[in-house]
Amino acid sequence: MQLETRNIGFRYPKGPWVFQGVDLVIKPGEIVGLIGPSGCGKSTLGRILAGYEIPNEGNIIIQDSLQSVSHSSSVQLVFQHPEKAVNPRWKMEDILNEGWHPDDKLLSSLGIEKEWLHRWPHELSGGELQRFCIARSLGPNTRFLIADEMTTMLDAITQAQIMHAVLKIAQKRELGMLIISHEWHLIQRLCNRVVQWDPKKLNFYETGFTKAYEQFA
Amino acid sequence: MPILEVQDLSVSFVQYTKGLRQKKVQAITSLDITMHEGEILAVVGSSGSGKSLLAHAILGILPSNARVSGTINYSGDELTPVRQASLRGREIALVPQSVNYLDPLMSVGAQVRTSVHNDNPVEVQKKIFERYHLDPDLDKKYPFQLSGGMARRTLVSMAMVSGAKLIIADEPTPGLDSIVIKEALSNFRELADHGCAVMMITHDLGSALQIADKIAIFYAGTTVEVAPVKDFFGRGEKLRHPYTKALWRALPQNEFVPIPGSQPLPNTLPSGCLFEPRCETATRECSLKQPKIQEIRGGMVRCIHAT
Ligand SMILES: Nc1ncnc2c1ncn2[C@@H]1O[C@H](COP(=O)(O)OP(=O)(O)OP(=O)(O)O)[C@@H](O)[C@H]1O
Ligand code: SF4
Ligand SMILES: [Mg+2]
Repeated sequence: MQLETRNIGFRYPKGPWVFQGVDLVIKPGEIVGLIGPSGCGKSTLGRILAGYEIPNEGNIIIQDSLQSVSHSSSVQLVFQHPEKAVNPRWKMEDILNEGWHPDDKLLSSLGIEKEWLHRWPHELSGGELQRFCIARSLGPNTRFLIADEMTTMLDAITQAQIMHAVLKIAQKRELGMLIISHEWHLIQRLCNRVVQWDPKKLNFYETGFTKAYEQFA
Repeated sequence: MPILEVQDLSVSFVQYTKGLRQKKVQAITSLDITMHEGEILAVVGSSGSGKSLLAHAILGILPSNARVSGTINYSGDELTPVRQASLRGREIALVPQSVNYLDPLMSVGAQVRTSVHNDNPVEVQKKIFERYHLDPDLDKKYPFQLSGGMARRTLVSMAMVSGAKLIIADEPTPGLDSIVIKEALSNFRELADHGCAVMMITHDLGSALQIADKIAIFYAGTTVEVAPVKDFFGRGEKLRHPYTKALWRALPQNEFVPIPGSQPLPNTLPSGCLFEPRCETATRECSLKQPKIQEIRGGMVRCIHAT
């Protein structure tokens, strides 16, 4: 099963094109990095892939050899601000179990302590909250994970803890991942391939690590 | 003489839980920090380590339920609430963490102009807009019309025109691309080279190392180490505190290997060394009382076994 975009174009109402003609393929078990300057549309593309935004042109195709699979649950998005992704009036336990019931094994692999389940969101740190958002996104139907600046607000130790846990799960379940990040070292460390922004063509294209480094870092 | 000297600062909050029971939240515990003119000090710590509270304590803008002890000296004299109020926004300026600090009802240009104290506000504002590539149109715009990057540049430019001698920038860079970050960092360097002292507060050790002269590492509301930037190399052999070493090694450009566990919450702090529950080199003594900060090899460290 692969996640593929064909000739995607997007504009906000009355706005100019953000990008056009985007062709992107993510295969199972593959980790792709997406880089480009602030405001170029990386997050918009991530939201389109996860089905939160409809492109004005082009298609998203998720195929399992022959049959196409339901979009909504197979592509999950985790973004930079976990505090904006949870309901502040719910206890963590309810937030966690909203979509599906993550088992103890998943919780412990993500370093989620049982005691945190009885707290309110504001009683947890950003790193602790982000672990819940990730657990929530890794339901049984998930095949692709879009990590949009997922660890940008976290210190290096918490970032490494979370990334190692997610990579292990992704490897075991053969998830495909798109990592959107401003941190070059992180992209270089984790990704198999990089896709970069082209400001002239208003499009993303695949590039080599050396070339991406020259233009980006 | 240091421009800023924070000694044994503690900040706690009293919270009322169910049934009017009082709960004490110890957010900052005996924190020490010293800053000199022309110097950039990066304060690096994870979320909730007390970085913003330190900034708010220096500026005298802590919420009213905060209890504060310890001393803060500015230019050799104690920074009393009265002095704080008269220096704030003039000699001591804040670049706040959140763009929500901009006044939503005042145009951007007007806000920048009110920050100018020693010069012609209209001219200074024009010049600073030019220098930071802020469109002249922006003058009449309101904060909600700015992108995140523009709003950040506006906040930085307000501190720049204030003529302040001490600038405290709270998380000026997260989520910005490398070009904008480099620009912001070089602005701070320039201010320092003109004699300002700049405190840059961040969770990102990588970007702190790019511009700072010294790094203060925060953990659970206290400084565990202050080290010159040149000590961060190799596997961190020159670093003094086990937490600093762990943070350095966890960077993706280094080993990317994390230590387990997480920072304790302010209402459940250990009684001895705050890092003891996660420390590989802890001994029984470490859990008895909080280590005092001491000078070692030109840096400061809060660890009884540091060498
Ligand atoms: N008004 C308050 N009442 C009670 N606790 C508070 C209050 N303000 C802050 N705290 C607590 O004090 C601790 C330190 O907060 P602070 O905002 O300084 O963290 P920080 O290091 O700046 O974090 P971040 O990187 O997320 O900005 C946190 O645990 C926070 O929950
Ligand atoms: S005092 Fe003890 S527990 Fe604390 S950092 Fe040093 S060795 Fe570790
Ligand atoms: Mg803060």
